[in-house]
Amino acid sequence: MNRSAKLRYACGWILLCLSLSARAELTIEITGAGEHQIPIAVVPFAGEENSAQSLSSVISADLLRTGLFKLVDAAGKAPHQPNEVHYADWSGADALAIGSVTGQADGRLKVQFRLLDAVRQTELIGQAVSAKDSQLRAIAHRIADMIFEKLTGARGVFSTRIAYVNRQAGNYRLVVADSDGFGEQTVLSSVEPIMSPAWSPDGGHLAYVSFEKRHAVVYVQSLLTGQRLVLANFEGSNSAPAWAPDGRQLAVVLTRDGSSQIYLIRPDGSGLRRISFSGAIDTEPAFSPDGQFLLFTSDRGGSPQIYQVSADGKGRAERLTFETGNNFSPRYNPDGKSFTCTHFVNGHFYIAVQDFAAQQMQMLTAGGWEKRPSFAPNGKLILFANEAQGRGILSTVSSDGRVKQKMFPQGGDIREPIWGPFSNSSFN
Amino acid sequence: MKKMALSILMLGLLSACASEKAKEPPPQNTAAPAAEATQPVAPKAAEPVADNSANNGEPSSRSVYYPLDVSVVQSADRALVQEHAKYLSAHPGVKVRLEGNCDERGSNEYNLALGQRRADGVKKLLRAGGVQARQIETVSNGEEKPKLSCHEEKCWQENRRTDLVYK
Repeated sequence: MNRSAKLRYACGWILLCLSLSARAELTIEITGAGEHQIPIAVVPFAGEENSAQSLSSVISADLLRTGLFKLVDAAGKAPHQPNEVHYADWSGADALAIGSVTGQADGRLKVQFRLLDAVRQTELIGQAVSAKDSQLRAIAHRIADMIFEKLTGARGVFSTRIAYVNRQAGNYRLVVADSDGFGEQTVLSSVEPIMSPAWSPDGGHLAYVSFEKRHAVVYVQSLLTGQRLVLANFEGSNSAPAWAPDGRQLAVVLTRDGSSQIYLIRPDGSGLRRISFSGAIDTEPAFSPDGQFLLFTSDRGGSPQIYQVSADGKGRAERLTFETGNNFSPRYNPDGKSFTCTHFVNGHFYIAVQDFAAQQMQMLTAGGWEKRPSFAPNGKLILFANEAQGRGILSTVSSDGRVKQKMFPQGGDIREPIWGPFSNSSFN
Repeated sequence: MKKMALSILMLGLLSACASEKAKEPPPQNTAAPAAEATQPVAPKAAEPVADNSANNGEPSSRSVYYPLDVSVVQSADRALVQEHAKYLSAHPGVKVRLEGNCDERGSNEYNLALGQRRADGVKKLLRAGGVQARQIETVSNGEEKPKLSCHEEKCWQENRRTDLVYK
């Protein structure tokens, strides 16, 4: 996408965000609301109208789509410094975000930001950072992360990235984007299908399946250098890569010894070891956050259902789903207490969660063409593939099912999304 | 899974498929595959030919079809696979690539596995019919390369198949 198109799109998004913040109940993009919403006013930053990004719009949209915040309209009031705030004006808000963007002599921009407690009338956060124009969006996400963490106690995920496959005009692109679907960067482009991207725990590599050799082969690619290696290219299908949380091995699914079975392999392709011996289809392995267990899909019981087994494959696999219908694509909640999966029944796909202790499956969505859920690294949101207006799009649902969001990336047919890990870079 | 296929059948979604199948030769007795292989197979004019490359005497019908989430070659298609087996064992220099495909009802990874099982199922029959392993390559396209794209049975039934692609 060229720069002018990007700007046009950014402007469209800003308009959308403005309308969102003014009339949230009328938008079709975000539906539902959290049980206890924190009222917050995000005041337009001084000088942001002259910069490439409206910081307050990005921050507002980030907070809004968690469902945990209610945006309080600034109603024309525009304080930018603490001494400009008349707290009596903000009785409807628990918190107030203010700030400014100013040009500096070196051509860079200085962003100042404060989060104020509107009830106690105290400053909760004060930060200043110098940045290039192109970094404003990332800075807005960082600010949203700080607000989220301060007011909810949980870490924000607005600065994390997602990966997905975008199919457009017979071309497949493996893409990395910001968690809100902006800033698409192409990792791999191919006329043959790409599927099953998987993030390394440090966010530095993607494993994925590509058909460029005219059958399914697993690759591992560095996002920093673009260099890649063939992880598994045996006869038949090589697929379903999943990283162990320590990054020292992956689970993959191979058919080289018969039906689809789970194997462990090191990221350099060495140390291949088979760990499932069912003779049925065993696929879609996912490591537990502590690395001790694997969830996977198997049809060993006659239909595709979710099973759990120790990560070395030893011992008996335990079947976890017994609902009418089929279940696919399990992923652990980062807290390890539940998992999400795709539930298929009566011709519809649903995004579901199941608590390990309660063993009860709960549908989070109303059903449709919804596939491949993955938790945000803070466990508060689930990203999944959806369909709308005749094409594949991204959707999120809060892990309590209350808030849903549809994200329409710039173009193409979106599939196979996966949420990346926390990034370690700091605000400064 | 069979229950689900049955319930969909009862809903009438498979009615088009069912009537089409009715025109085909009756299911063959799988206990006598050798006898079947000697019988000519009625060409399925309604089915698109999977491979348009020049015909060197290979059987002209080159696709095997399945019900939902089934990977066993159906009795109606066994004679066709036997005909390919006969041709391939008579021409040991000829190679065939078996490409398993699925409809979109399932996860992409599960369907990749299912498509592989479909292709491997055809391979087993070919091997039983005397074809050498080195003549056969099996791959799965899962649901990634649908012949028809729609969320209806008319597309799904066309996408649930194994193609025999001669090289």
